Amino acid sequence: MKLIVDHLTYEYNKDTTLAVKALDDVSLVIGQGEMIGLIGHTGSGKSTLVQHLNALLTPDSGTVYFDGEDVFEKDYDRKKLRGKVGLVFQYPEHQLFEETVFQEVCYGPKNMGVSRKQSELSAYAALKQAGVPDECFYQSPFDLSGGQKRRVAIASVLAMKPEILVLDEPTAGLDPKGRYEILTQIRKLKEENNVTVILVSHSMEDVAEYVDRIVVIDHGKIRYDDKPRQVFAHYRELEVMGLAAPQVTYLMHELKEHGFDVDTNVTTIEEAKEVLLGKRM
Amino acid sequence: MKLDVSTKEIVQIRKETVLVMGIIRASKLAFEYIRRDEEGNVEGITRAVDDVDLDVQQGEFIAILGHNGSGKSTLAKHLNAILYPTEGTVLIDGKDTTEEKYLWDIRQTAGMVFQNPDNQIIGQIVEEDVGFGPENLGVPTKEIWERVEESLKAVGMYEYRKYSPNKLSGGQKQRVSIASVIAMHPKCIILDEPTAMLDPSGRKEVIRAVRALNNVEKMTVILITHYMEEVIHADKVLVMDQGKVVMQGTPREIFSNVERLRELRLDVPQITLLAHELKKAGMPLSSGILTREELVRELEHILPKKAQ
Repeated sequence: MKLIVDHLTYEYNKDTTLAVKALDDVSLVIGQGEMIGLIGHTGSGKSTLVQHLNALLTPDSGTVYFDGEDVFEKDYDRKKLRGKVGLVFQYPEHQLFEETVFQEVCYGPKNMGVSRKQSELSAYAALKQAGVPDECFYQSPFDLSGGQKRRVAIASVLAMKPEILVLDEPTAGLDPKGRYEILTQIRKLKEENNVTVILVSHSMEDVAEYVDRIVVIDHGKIRYDDKPRQVFAHYRELEVMGLAAPQVTYLMHELKEHGFDVDTNVTTIEEAKEVLLGKRM
Repeated sequence: MKLDVSTKEIVQIRKETVLVMGIIRASKLAFEYIRRDEEGNVEGITRAVDDVDLDVQQGEFIAILGHNGSGKSTLAKHLNAILYPTEGTVLIDGKDTTEEKYLWDIRQTAGMVFQNPDNQIIGQIVEEDVGFGPENLGVPTKEIWERVEESLKAVGMYEYRKYSPNKLSGGQKQRVSIASVIAMHPKCIILDEPTAMLDPSGRKEVIRAVRALNNVEKMTVILITHYMEEVIHADKVLVMDQGKVVMQGTPREIFSNVERLRELRLDVPQITLLAHELKKAGMPLSSGILTREELVRELEHILPKKAQ
């Protein structure tokens, strides 16, 4: 599986005085099994980009190739694509509607024409992958806690066996433990099932901790596309874009300014700990 | 002149004055709701808030932490009479929230800001939205404009007064929501996860505005949040679990208990956690370090400086 975003441009309210260029010549290659963090301030174009990945929006120019095929080609099977590129929107629990958790998760594959038996098998596997406990399966999704609802919503997308899972702020509004659980589960999915993950997030600390590669988008353009350490080294530029670096990165820079000889290329607590303990007198 | 009052009496009078001055007072507050199944049969009772005592003084900055479902928002909704206690009482500026005649006074004294920036703005232009509250209270037109101006200035949004709210970023919208509340001249503002949906700079803007209101305008602030970094400037932190207040103290006291907070599904700020980890590994650091400045200062005595 390979997803290529090729010179994508998209304008909202095209040909009116309110025209806004949401994506401006965006190119990106996403390989199998990667875990990518997509960051950018509100209105930077993240969601617009993500909606092109499974052809919910049609670009003004440029295109997206999935496994070598142009997804905006006239005869391309976009319904199938939407099963392969699973999109979990912000606050996905608002979209739950079935009577039981199990029915909820069966809906996706059934809707795609998969047999009842197969749908149920996929649903079962997906609920397991998302870490939904067995005792919840026949409960109403509306009776679950916020974190559990979100897992069910993620499972509903997983049941369609996507090759790429795109999550738009999957941890917004969750408490720290809930945040940790969801992110750990997502990482596990990537490691055990080789699912490609694109994580849209506003938490720099989470991104630094969980992803291998960060794509920074600002005013519809990709500004950085690199490993977390390299991206957060540009913390001043990130601030201008309404973003930031993890707190520990700032700490290391401040220590350096105070005359300590420390490596400032640090983005997680583990790394900071290692550097500081190594410097001990 | 010699006053005929004993020390004991003075202490008593002092105590009473302090109690009267408490802007928010809850005693033995409990809130229960009945869960029903689809046919309307009672399934059980949930005690969302359980035996909470609260005494907030004018000008204090109180932060409330707790995992999802711990009762934070339910508690907050009692502070401006959106919900009424099942047991116990809530007094806002001395007024009982269950008395209907005080309803508008209470809502005016304690204003509330919610999580979603898109659900709280009704005006077509920013200044119109901010003016709506005072207009609704019957404030004279000239004063409405004065209030709009001062409120927007207090949150740093005055230059956007002619903007349409849908042209603003999330952080700007939340600051307009805050301005709309303070235009009603409340003594207290309650913010229920105001930054949950914002990007890093939006979060920073909102928290800066909230701190300025507290420091400069001496407004009482109740901040509910899941971001640990946001509470380090609070005077007092309350931690809730299963409807009860299970921890309270200064941010430093609270964040010294890393393990306990983890049990409560919470966390500590990243810098506090790093300091905690370093301390566990044997570095002589104090517990409950909250800011980067503090950690740098302490590390100065521990780490070697670069050779000059």
